[in-house]
Amino acid sequence: MKSNLHSAAPGLLRRPVLLLLALLLPLLRAAAQAPGAQPEMAEALRQSGKIYVVVAVIAVVLIGLLLFLISLDRKLSRLEKEVADER
Amino acid sequence: MKNWWKVLTVVLLLYVAVAGLLMPVPRLAILNESIRNLYFHVPMWFGMTAILVASVYYSVRYLRTPTPELDIKAHEAARTGILMGCVGLATGSIWARYTWGAWWTNDPKLNGAAVAMLIYGAYLVLRSSFTDEQQRARVSAIYNVFAFAVAMPLFYILPRLTDSLHPGSGGNPAFAKYDLDSDMRLVFYPAVIGWTLLAFWVAQLATRISVLKLKVYEKQLA
Repeated sequence: MKSNLHSAAPGLLRRPVLLLLALLLPLLRAAAQAPGAQPEMAEALRQSGKIYVVVAVIAVVLIGLLLFLISLDRKLSRLEKEVADER
Repeated sequence: MKNWWKVLTVVLLLYVAVAGLLMPVPRLAILNESIRNLYFHVPMWFGMTAILVASVYYSVRYLRTPTPELDIKAHEAARTGILMGCVGLATGSIWARYTWGAWWTNDPKLNGAAVAMLIYGAYLVLRSSFTDEQQRARVSAIYNVFAFAVAMPLFYILPRLTDSLHPGSGGNPAFAKYDLDSDMRLVFYPAVIGWTLLAFWVAQLATRISVLKLKVYEKQLA
């Protein structure tokens, strides 16, 4: 399991990035389109481009939390192995 | 690979965080951009329901064949479900403040959810009131089945029988009619799967810690 995690790490890192790019590139066009009249949305944020800052900050926070979960998971696996080996 | 679903959790949640904020959404008065809360508030309840189903499953299995592991699994799953429910109540309250104008309204959906959370809160209180482990495990497994049977109608059935502000209750058709003609499904479904998987991941980690603790304790006794 441990070796699995190690060997998979670079591939895993690349795949989400590619997936995100594939999903986000069409959005850039959608975000650039001119707003209609109708209810007020966060146009100002989008026009100045600052919404991406918020997205980046949230993504970093989420990545940090998920990395913590992953490391906790691996530490637990190691401890479980140790306890099992001692028997 | 054994942990493929954890990889999927990471990918889905990152996608939801980014696409949830950037994807186009319907332009609706009052809701405005807060419609994006759909990707974060609603999956809490989906995740909670899924993990509470898992908890009941382990409780029933415990009652059939009592082992400490099954008790731990049921308990940690229920705890994770309660956490998701509390986050769901808190996020819903914030959303209500800026769309309905109040942190809390005496709406059947809201009160039903609050009462259901209290019933699950009593599960934790009940558990902590036993000193004998087997008695604690057996009684709390029985109570868990009862809590689930009472909570689910409070969440999903009773609010539909009367008028409610909350989408998906009373005559309100949730967001089904809005996301049909938009890209919201593209984010909403991954969000539901991602947050549900996260709940299972957290519950699994908590379970493994408790099982480990139990094993170390048993070894000290031996």
